[in-house]
Amino acid sequence: MRKTYRIEVDCANCANKMEEAAKRTEGVKDASVNFMTLKMSVEFEDDADVKTVMEQVRKACKIVEDDCEIYLS
Amino acid sequence: MNHKQKRMLGRILVAAIGMILLQFVKLEDFAQWAAYMIPYLIIGYDILKKAVKGILNRQIFDENFLMAIATVGAILLGDYKESVAVMLFYQIGELFQSYAVGKSRRNISALMDIRPDYANMECNGEIKMVDPQDVPIGSIIIVKPGEKVAIDGIVIEGETTLNTSALTGESLPREVRVNDEIMSGCINLNGLIKVKTTKEFSESTVSKILDLVENASSKKSRSENFISKFARYYTPAVCYSALVLALLPPFAAIILGMDPMWEEWISRALTFLVISCPCALVISIPLTFFAGIGGASKAGVLVKGSNYLETLAQTRYVVFDKTGTMTKGEFALSGIHHAVIPEEELLAYAAYAEANSTHPISKSIQEAYGKVIDGKRIKAVEEISGQGVIAQIDDTKVMAGNGRLMKTHHIPYQECSGIGTSVHIALNNQYAGHLLIADQIKESAKAAIQELKKIGIKKTVMLSGDREHVAKAVGKTLGIDVLYSELLPKDKVEKVEELLASKDAKAKVAFVGDGINDAPVLSRADVGIAMGVLGSDAAIEAADVVLMDDDPLKIAKAIRIAKKCIRIVYENIYFAIGVKVLCLLLGAVGIANMWLAIFADVGVMVIAVLNAIRALSVQRC
Repeated sequence: MRKTYRIEVDCANCANKMEEAAKRTEGVKDASVNFMTLKMSVEFEDDADVKTVMEQVRKACKIVEDDCEIYLS
Repeated sequence: MNHKQKRMLGRILVAAIGMILLQFVKLEDFAQWAAYMIPYLIIGYDILKKAVKGILNRQIFDENFLMAIATVGAILLGDYKESVAVMLFYQIGELFQSYAVGKSRRNISALMDIRPDYANMECNGEIKMVDPQDVPIGSIIIVKPGEKVAIDGIVIEGETTLNTSALTGESLPREVRVNDEIMSGCINLNGLIKVKTTKEFSESTVSKILDLVENASSKKSRSENFISKFARYYTPAVCYSALVLALLPPFAAIILGMDPMWEEWISRALTFLVISCPCALVISIPLTFFAGIGGASKAGVLVKGSNYLETLAQTRYVVFDKTGTMTKGEFALSGIHHAVIPEEELLAYAAYAEANSTHPISKSIQEAYGKVIDGKRIKAVEEISGQGVIAQIDDTKVMAGNGRLMKTHHIPYQECSGIGTSVHIALNNQYAGHLLIADQIKESAKAAIQELKKIGIKKTVMLSGDREHVAKAVGKTLGIDVLYSELLPKDKVEKVEELLASKDAKAKVAFVGDGINDAPVLSRADVGIAMGVLGSDAAIEAADVVLMDDDPLKIAKAIRIAKKCIRIVYENIYFAIGVKVLCLLLGAVGIANMWLAIFADVGVMVIAVLNAIRALSVQRC
């Protein structure tokens, strides 16, 4: 399953870091951040619970880039 | 400028003024340090904070870290002025970058602002403003002048001109009247029209396009991936080199019994750090692709990901489907032959005889005639299935149909040598000539092939399911290099695979098609290009690039846009890396000072961003 989230981040490199962080999160099959459209698109593993996984993704992103936000709704 | 940017601008101005004022004041030692700390902290406190947080989160080696180390180091060496300047220019660069990105982001989203906010639905004689998502298929919606068409449908009342430029890039307005199909996303220019919806909002053109564009984000180009990988190794590498630069020469000097010159080497290492910031690359490459995709969509070419821009730019072979791609996929009168009466009259007889038929061929005759049929003149009509019609028009018995009709009535007729379907006409049992009805080659198809040749396409190939002589005639008119006809859909895949196997890996193959049966070929080719209007949903789904107005000339345009975009990407990569490496070398041997370092960082970034934005303008592509 693939879902797209609106994000906020200031620099392109930080967007790359968020992508890396999201990719490393458990339950995420693949993730991609587009700095230009400010969107994060996440592909989940089949048995993943989207809500908890995304909370983990958000946490992981906050660690690599303090000044970022993912809008989960 | 948004709130954040305005605040940053304020900080930059305050710090800059503070620094200028400090040039006129003579202060000593601690007082000087304290005085310079004021503008330094005003401009740089967030960078320092982020650097500390980064270290705590074990995320060192980002730009904040580089800037913090470089400026703190400069302060320790007593270069207060330089350290404030580095922070100041770094922030100016960041502000400029965020402004430029924000601006192009807005420009491009404005291009894509085709989402209608509401629809005027007619409901029990009342007109209600509703969410387009709540309009069921078969509803009647009213589109007033100046409004966007919310949902795809058919005009049932009124006529108007539509501005389709948001969808197709075509600036010429389109006239529509009753029974014409219209696409959502067009803007109604003058008349009020009623439209019967044929699709749900989620299936309508607008939703599909927005979907495509939003999902374009997930496909990154090789260059983009290269840059993000590059950035991951580059920053740590530079940090360690700086450390080596600061420590190794002094230690070597100590061992050799010379003056270690600590200050000199540390200052060189700090210059090194400032130069090294990878922002110019990290920001300008995605920005270029983003601008390229935006520019292409302005021209009516939807590109579903930046990787396809890359492939398009390397395309050397273009394979076409015939019907619907190079031809209009609709029948039209292409000639009147052997007429024994004036052609205009022959056409009129044919139009009257076929007036009541709904066959596509009859329709094309009506269209060619173009005048209103006076029903009173038609006395009797008999339709003979598989042959044609026999009608009594005024006092003339008109037969219109294929060769079989003529044969059954023992009327000698002329076989047609042209391409297409012929409709033979006999008046009062006397052969009067025939009309040739054929699928029309698109006006721009020939020019499209020539354009492709001009931009360096090695070979054009046409694949057709049509009979050989029809396909050959079309291929010849267009100047196609290689032609395969009478193909089944699976044969088309085979032909493309043969081509893929025979060419060298760098030259890419594009396939242009429109039908459901083209979907497998579209996904098999290196880059699949679909026709957006005539194209089936399956084809649009499978394709990587969609031409919104079905104009084959846009293929060459798309390739040119892609080439321009990729050229800018490479310019930026070479320029940014080149300048940085040069400055790093100069810095290492002590020629480059902090001021040159600031240029290598901020200046290069500004130039690269400005260059990237060029990809947005595609008019002359």
